Amino acid sequence: MDKIFRIKRFDPEKDNAARWEDFPVELGPHERLLDGLVRTKEFTDGSLTFRRSCAHGMCGSCAMKINGRSRLACQTLAGDMPELVVFEPLPAFPVIKDLVVDMEPFFEKIKSVMPYLVNDEPLPSRERPQSPEEMEKILDSIRCILCACCTSSCPVYWGDKQYLGPAALVKAARFVLDSRDRGGKARLDLVSGAHGAARCHSIYNCVEACPRDIDVTRHIAILKRQTLKRGLRGAR
Amino acid sequence: MVHRFDTLVIGSGLAGLSAAIEASLQGTVAVIAKLYPTRCHSSAAQGGIAAALGNEEPDSIEWHVYDTVKGGDYLTDQDAAGTLCEDAIKTVIRLEHLGVPFSRTPQGKIAQRRFGGHTRDFGAAPVRRACYSADRTGLAMVNTLYEQCEKQPVMFFPEYHVLDLVIEDGRCLGAVALELKTGEICAFEAGATIIATGGYGRVFKTTSNAMASTGDLLGILYSKGMPLEDMEFFQFHPTGLLGLGILVTEGARGEGGVLVNGNGETFMQRYAPRIKDLAPRDMVSRAIITEIKEGRGIGGNDYVYLDLRNVPKKTLETRLPEIMTFSNIYMGVDPSEKPIPVAPTAHYAMGGIPTDRDGRVLITESGAVVDGLFAAGECACVSVHGANRLGCNSLLDTVVFGRRAGMKAAEQKDKSGPGMPPGAMERAREAVSALLNNKGGVRAGAVKKELQELMMDKCSVFRADAGLKAAAEEIETIRQKAGNISIDDKGKQFNTELLEAIEAIHLVNLGEAIVHSALQRTESRGAHCRQDYPERDDENWLKHTFIRKKDGEIRFSFKPVCITKFKPEKRQY
Ligand SMILES: Cc1cc2nc3c(=O)[nH]c(=O)nc-3n(C[C@H](O)[C@H](O)[C@H](O)COP(=O)(O)OP(=O)(O)OC[C@H]3O[C@@H](n4cnc5c(N)ncnc54)[C@H](O)[C@@H]3O)c2cc1C
Ligand code: FES
Repeated sequence: MDKIFRIKRFDPEKDNAARWEDFPVELGPHERLLDGLVRTKEFTDGSLTFRRSCAHGMCGSCAMKINGRSRLACQTLAGDMPELVVFEPLPAFPVIKDLVVDMEPFFEKIKSVMPYLVNDEPLPSRERPQSPEEMEKILDSIRCILCACCTSSCPVYWGDKQYLGPAALVKAARFVLDSRDRGGKARLDLVSGAHGAARCHSIYNCVEACPRDIDVTRHIAILKRQTLKRGLRGAR
Repeated sequence: MVHRFDTLVIGSGLAGLSAAIEASLQGTVAVIAKLYPTRCHSSAAQGGIAAALGNEEPDSIEWHVYDTVKGGDYLTDQDAAGTLCEDAIKTVIRLEHLGVPFSRTPQGKIAQRRFGGHTRDFGAAPVRRACYSADRTGLAMVNTLYEQCEKQPVMFFPEYHVLDLVIEDGRCLGAVALELKTGEICAFEAGATIIATGGYGRVFKTTSNAMASTGDLLGILYSKGMPLEDMEFFQFHPTGLLGLGILVTEGARGEGGVLVNGNGETFMQRYAPRIKDLAPRDMVSRAIITEIKEGRGIGGNDYVYLDLRNVPKKTLETRLPEIMTFSNIYMGVDPSEKPIPVAPTAHYAMGGIPTDRDGRVLITESGAVVDGLFAAGECACVSVHGANRLGCNSLLDTVVFGRRAGMKAAEQKDKSGPGMPPGAMERAREAVSALLNNKGGVRAGAVKKELQELMMDKCSVFRADAGLKAAAEEIETIRQKAGNISIDDKGKQFNTELLEAIEAIHLVNLGEAIVHSALQRTESRGAHCRQDYPERDDENWLKHTFIRKKDGEIRFSFKPVCITKFKPEKRQY
């Protein structure tokens, strides 16, 4: 299967602006686009730069814009793509080099929502009980691999870089929904500001982009409801 | 730039994160990793973490120790296995307290399932010992431990690639690393340094390991003439997706899946009559290759089927959802309707940096240590896994021994060393610029490919003298090629080509250590199977191999196995 990889390139030490470069790539229909990128780098142009590690959709390294959509190069098969495959860095983040973007702004948002279990109650000698039904509430959100496909495809985030964005909100929801967590109020305050959950317009780009099929908008809706309830109570 | 911390942790997998949390209770800690912290390969772990909690049926620590020792074909150090299994219970409970979202029983306890080689009553029948979070246990644990680190005073340095360790007069003073984003070389001085850099499955062509699993720090130690232990023992997992090597957890067989050959027959009962498909991995991998060699692969080809059609759909959806997705995406197979094509895949390094139970790095087989240097996780060899690791014992190993190393390392904080010697950063800069200016014209990718194919062909599940000798010679040729690697990208910022070339050179060195260790061990034990020496030979080989290279010459020495309670017996399942 012959493909053309059209790659948006930028070398900060050489280029004033991004430029496009085409590479012919031969790929079996069951091969991953990542396989094509790796082979191109190893055997054609070593300076082609992108992130990768696990190669099967678990580490979140290889998120990039492929034919207009944020997705994982290691989870997209050649057979599912047209002959021309266009690669660009993830939108909305500063480009460092070729397909590598600066992820710091993304992780800063995640860090800002108290992304850890809070519970200062005395520890039992065994596990804290949690029913399968309670566990099921976090089943969706714990699957997040922090790849940033969602946040990078969110039009609200494009317009407001202070917006927490879908990934950070899913992370917050993961703890809000955990029956073992006691960080409730403090965390809800963190997601309730002008750049928090309420900013989401339910455009659903994030849901479509998520390579893990997480129902992102549902989690944000839960946060919206809970922050709203708290707000009303506070006003009373 | 020179950074200074009480404890330096290299690697942000489960071993590194566990060490960091522990060390941060006593002092300042830096974690440096060549990837973003949660991108480590621990995140890919699927099946579970072993602990004799007895939540689903009676279990005991002693059975767990026995299984670990027998699973390791009696090369396991039994004092270390004792520590592992005793600590297991409180370790898993602590993980739950920190927030790990484990799957639960109807009573709200941590759920447990069957896994290869884990039995009740000293081998009588499989037991439910694997604690899991569906089939993404690693992701659940990594996220939780990383989150907890964020709560502690742990400083992360993501995308810093360690190029060298600084060891002077038997004492480790820290490490030298390259910051990817800027290309700057900087030094990290520390009272104690903990290596937690994971496995090196990328030595082989087909592997379940990440592209970053290249064993860099083992390569660094080996090139300094320091010993590596039991390098001949590399585990092949029986069920990798055909052609890709992506793992299908043993948990799939734990939930009732079976292996089927080209005649449509299950076959494990012929190899392990009592526990069949849940036999340890070395045995199942050999069984699959034997079926294939004897013409019973699917359609006579190099694979068999993993059949999950008898597992209830609900179980597949709730306990093996990732496997369902992987098979669908990569093989176009819905496991509830069709069997999955699988073949053995290089999975886990039992061998590594020799350590004691506190993670101290040994420099001799008699127990001398490098002051201030520790190792934990897959890169280390304690040795709790002996000649073959049991499933779910590695996640356990990373947390148990990561913590212990973190604790001991932090005690060294006041022993501030003499500081970085002035030449340390300069040496690394020179090495980098030599590589950038090498005009040899060899591509690192070509070196890697040749090595990986060679290792797969001559040094994988079955091995023999002739093949290993040929491999040793070919590796020498590959090494010479590796000396001529050229790099297209001459830039400083995010020069991943440069780092991949350095990784390739480490891989060649580790390939050499594996092949030579395999060549000298003239017996079959656990994952090391010599067709020309098919029996285990306790009289001559009940001992650990230490390989080291000094002045271009490979040398071996040996360390006795610690045997306390379980005397070696024939390994049958
Ligand atoms: C697909 C798969 C599934 C598995 N499932 C299970 C399971 O269910 N149960 C089980 O017990 N075990 C399982 N294992 C084994 C287990 O997951 C690993 O052995 C374990 O996670 C290794 O953890 P670690 O902390 O040692 O290393 P890793 O998680 O691999 O982390 C290594 C770290 O070192 C860093 N690093 C490496 N080199 C450098 C360098 N030069 N400079 C700076 N940083 C560096 C990396 O960035 C990374 O942060 C599985 C393994 C695989 C591959
Ligand atoms: S390489 Fe890990 S998600 Fe693609």
